[in-house]
Amino acid sequence: MGMTIAEKIIAAAAGVETVKAGDIHTVELDRLMSNDGTTHLTIDMYNKLKNPHIADVNKLVWIVDHNVPCDSVKTAASHKKMRDFAKEHGIKFYEGAGVCHQVMMENHVTSGELIFGADSHTCAYGAVGAFGTGVGCTDYLYAMVTGKSWLLVPETLKFNLKGKLNDGVYARDLILSIIGMIGANGANYMAMEFGGEGLKTLNMSDRIAICNLCVEAGAKTALMEVDDITLEYLKEHGRKPKYSFKSDDDAVFAKVYDIDLSTIKPIVAKPHFVDSVVDAKECVGTHIDEAFLGSCNNGRIEDLRVGAELIKGKKVHPLVRFLVVPASAAVYKQALEEGIIETFMEAGAIVMNPNCSVCWGSCQGVIGENEVLISTGTRNFKGRAGHKDSFVYLASAATVTASAIKGEIATADLL
Amino acid sequence: MDKFTGKIWVLGDDIDTDIIIPTEYLALKTVQDMAPYAFSPLRPELAAKIKEGDIIVAGKNFGCGSSREQAPEIIKALGIKCVIAKSFARIFFRNSINNGLLLIENSDLRDNVSEGDEITVTINEAIEHKGRKYPIASLPQNLVDIINAGGLVKAMRKLNGMG
Repeated sequence: MGMTIAEKIIAAAAGVETVKAGDIHTVELDRLMSNDGTTHLTIDMYNKLKNPHIADVNKLVWIVDHNVPCDSVKTAASHKKMRDFAKEHGIKFYEGAGVCHQVMMENHVTSGELIFGADSHTCAYGAVGAFGTGVGCTDYLYAMVTGKSWLLVPETLKFNLKGKLNDGVYARDLILSIIGMIGANGANYMAMEFGGEGLKTLNMSDRIAICNLCVEAGAKTALMEVDDITLEYLKEHGRKPKYSFKSDDDAVFAKVYDIDLSTIKPIVAKPHFVDSVVDAKECVGTHIDEAFLGSCNNGRIEDLRVGAELIKGKKVHPLVRFLVVPASAAVYKQALEEGIIETFMEAGAIVMNPNCSVCWGSCQGVIGENEVLISTGTRNFKGRAGHKDSFVYLASAATVTASAIKGEIATADLL
Repeated sequence: MDKFTGKIWVLGDDIDTDIIIPTEYLALKTVQDMAPYAFSPLRPELAAKIKEGDIIVAGKNFGCGSSREQAPEIIKALGIKCVIAKSFARIFFRNSINNGLLLIENSDLRDNVSEGDEITVTINEAIEHKGRKYPIASLPQNLVDIINAGGLVKAMRKLNGMG
């Protein structure tokens, strides 16, 4: 019987010939990412162990990205704990370099790896065909100490993409449409695999945006077939694939979806659930107070270019705060070189340093009671961006920028 | 804890980790400090009313969202004996086991109970409510061992002294 990409990666990491969905295996992990959301908790637990040690320090990457720069005395203490521990143990450490998943994609992840990240959006790494999955700090600690963990081999939902997205429609519209279709737990415990001719029309930034958001359908991981675009991306970043897996022709999928990219439209996910998706046109005219262009999902150079092109020569609506937050320092520098930062600033946007920002509702741009945010972030849960009685709409970089200009939810064609 | 009885609190579908503990309280020093704010975006009064031994009964996809482990820790800190839901999000599921919080999946109970009712849970057998029995699946023994030990780190300590 053939295997899916997820099964092949787990088999390789478990050191066995074959695995099938439902099996539980002990796996060797290739990489372990943790950020300032929970690393201080991991350290507290580590320090209470009788014989604390790190299996392989070279596998660890620690990234301060959730509260950058530090916003309170309490956070300063947890950052210091993380910084000091990383220094003492020689752990690869980033601070201010960007949102963890973007930093990992730019510097570490390669095809065929099995990666634990103490962050739910670790599934982003599937964009290069790596099995990334989010874990809590206890699972992280166990993996850090032993180098291993156990995994239930997930079933796979296969998405065969064909055709091409129309102009003005983006990867973010596609993945929000898919989450709306299968529901917020439609892929719970499962892998979401993407392939087909349509995949070749999507660049690496699109692919990261798609894989990153799969956890919002409950997915354990997201995986894309390794192709020339993947190999080119890895080469540009000085890396080689560990494995270049594709699913076998006779692999078993829980369900197969055929998706014609040309049928996808601009989408908005309404408060307070990521699967509450509607045609963006249905939300046109909705009042907004703030707009956010950034995050590990949609803060790459390609997304900033979309926004900059729309806002060039125009102004942010006077009653709207428009936060532009490049996903990494590398993205920020590229945007500076291309004049994109200048364009946003000329328009009256607030350009911030790379970090998670209002996407996780702390540090920057938090919204108040009854306020409304339109965002390229990852989630729109109740209270996610600030006050418990506030509202978050999720949309593409184009829809967010158009809305920032109009002062209400608007699609780019209305500008 | 093979069999226990408790009063239930009833919640809906997709109770996410930002509902369980909003970001703004994550900077507090301990889970005990955070616990009074549990579920506050949805039901600000709830945390203060929960008593030791109570049980949460919820809809589908309980615990969806972030990998923040404070979520199951806080539910445990409130004294909740177990969470029964139609389904659980996977990261939350692992985090709960790792912190010694018992989770039970059952698709029928939620729609047949009212808040404040009492239910009796017999592990690996059934939930009993007003004379009706709802069968539940058995948990693998290794997961039961982790829960009974109070979480993964404590279980490791017990097993081989690694902890």
